[in-house]
Amino acid sequence: MRLPGWLQNRAPVGPSADLAHRLETGRGVVLYMESVSVSFDGFKALNDLSVYVDEGELRCIIGPNGAGKSTMMDVITGKTRPDTGSVWFGQTLDCLRREPWEIAAAGIGRKFQKPTVFEQLSVFENLEVAMQADKRVRASLFAQPTAAQHRQLDEILHLIGLTPERGRLAGLLSHGQKQWLEIGMLLMQNPRVLLVDEPVAGMTPGEVERTAELLNALAGKHSVIVVEHDMAFVRAIARKVTVLHQGSVLAEGSMDQVQADPRVQEVYLGEAMA
Amino acid sequence: MAVSSVTSMAALPQDALSGPRVFSGRGWLVFAGVVITVAGGVPLFNLALPADSALHLPDYLVPLLGKFACYALVALAMDLIWGYAGILSLGHGVFFALGGYFMGMHLNQVAAQAGLYRTAFPPFMEFLQRDSLPWFWTGFGHPVWALAMVLVVPGVFAFGFGYLAFRSRIRGVYFSIITQALTYAMMLLFFLNEAGLGGNNGLTDFKILLGFPLQEPATRAALFSVTVLCVAAAYVLCRYLVRAKIGRILIGLRDAESRLMFVGYNPLHYKLFIWTLSAVLCAIAGALYVPQVGIINPGELQPANSIEMAIWVAVGGRGTLLGAMLGALAVNGAKSWLTAAYPDLWLFFLAAVFIAVTLWLPGGLLSLVTRRRGGKA
Repeated sequence: MRLPGWLQNRAPVGPSADLAHRLETGRGVVLYMESVSVSFDGFKALNDLSVYVDEGELRCIIGPNGAGKSTMMDVITGKTRPDTGSVWFGQTLDCLRREPWEIAAAGIGRKFQKPTVFEQLSVFENLEVAMQADKRVRASLFAQPTAAQHRQLDEILHLIGLTPERGRLAGLLSHGQKQWLEIGMLLMQNPRVLLVDEPVAGMTPGEVERTAELLNALAGKHSVIVVEHDMAFVRAIARKVTVLHQGSVLAEGSMDQVQADPRVQEVYLGEAMA
Repeated sequence: MAVSSVTSMAALPQDALSGPRVFSGRGWLVFAGVVITVAGGVPLFNLALPADSALHLPDYLVPLLGKFACYALVALAMDLIWGYAGILSLGHGVFFALGGYFMGMHLNQVAAQAGLYRTAFPPFMEFLQRDSLPWFWTGFGHPVWALAMVLVVPGVFAFGFGYLAFRSRIRGVYFSIITQALTYAMMLLFFLNEAGLGGNNGLTDFKILLGFPLQEPATRAALFSVTVLCVAAAYVLCRYLVRAKIGRILIGLRDAESRLMFVGYNPLHYKLFIWTLSAVLCAIAGALYVPQVGIINPGELQPANSIEMAIWVAVGGRGTLLGAMLGALAVNGAKSWLTAAYPDLWLFFLAAVFIAVTLWLPGGLLSLVTRRRGGKA
């Protein structure tokens, strides 16, 4: 199999060899982040970070405060430009040369840490604005949702459990409902990758359980990357966990492997995992 | 503010998307009725009734009402950019004045070419002792050229200014301050005699518009009607915009710009579009204002004027088109009365109203009406 251009001039060692191996085995890597470093006024938020995410994978990213989790998302979505490194979405889109809206339109959806929806619009309108479409001004002047788009809206409403709330202003939703609505807004864009920052922060146990179900259902169809502090939640959904520490990967593997790693126990999990 | 307006709009119609684009059939009837009544009623009561009739509308009121209609158009423009897109401009007086000056140049040139002044030039040339018009007066004798300038120059200027400001991600109070500085700088420029726009006195002594003498009551009544029709057309345009998908995108821009960006919209394009449109509407208002008021001078560029425009919208109810127009009429009605009856009190009154609305009526005057009707705006 012929490697894509961005792989050819790389020495087949370390993560790239791993990547090449995975490509050969036929599993697609949808998001590729290599040797990314970001510093803010001398503080290294990301330090030679390399992360690869497969098509359809559900990945959890954990790490103590300041480990670089949110910065990593900022880099992938085009909000922060790294000092060095490369970030590729699929095999053709260089995230470092694109604006946030281009990356979003290309298929990387992002949920913010603090649930961010359009509070003065109804649930339905929130989804309509997010819907995959021509998002230039001229198109927005004359756009009318088609029947297929209405169907998609109804499906997503059902999936996130907000069908009864469709006409309500998003500002009136509960905290948990806003989180789901935001996930629904991402889904309306038909993304290949979902970046989900702390989806269960502030949720009731019942809501946490439903969110776990939702994310599990999404994996497979989409690649889902979840940043979360809630260990019980991570254990409930995680297939593969990446532990960040001081801006780089400390450990990666299944939850059990990660838990067993003494370095991880030392820096982050401590007695909570013992 | 968010809380009260959220609750008052809780019962949103579910089929808002598939509903009519501007009005329902009945809505069009009501709208047309109001426009015809206002645009036709004022000339009727002014011209058709004898001067001694109790219902006669005195001549001095017609241009005053026309001025209010211009302000209503300004309020629509302000509401588009501030109420919907969340960009507070404190420099819309610039666009208003540009439109006004272009109209003033046209009126001066027409009168000069018709030989209605003592010299072959606009009157300001005489007292400024200049003997040739600046190059940019060329063509202003022609109404089509003047109209094109009214529309194009403020639009291009707004686009360029907006591009630089929005591309640099200048927003919020910083943007407001820059627009405020813009209008102040323009005022200083227009005050200069060398600018060739009449300096301190501005442009005045207008005689005819499209062949009609401006002093005639019939011309003034017609100007009023035309202004009302322009406001009505602008209202339909704005209402279409805020009910189309772009209206919801603008609200998203106002309330959560980063969310909008990360669902795939380029905020710069939307800001530029609505900002430029708003500037052009404001310029049209300025152009309609000048023949009715009879003068345009750099006073229109005072920073306080632009701030007042924002106050109209805040008082009437930002984010509602009717509210913005209502605010312009209410504040200016009060101003006309108070500055005549108690001239010293006007600014205190304006400040008190602004504070009171901010504290107790965040939805503006219009929310007094809509709240009673159960939240249907």
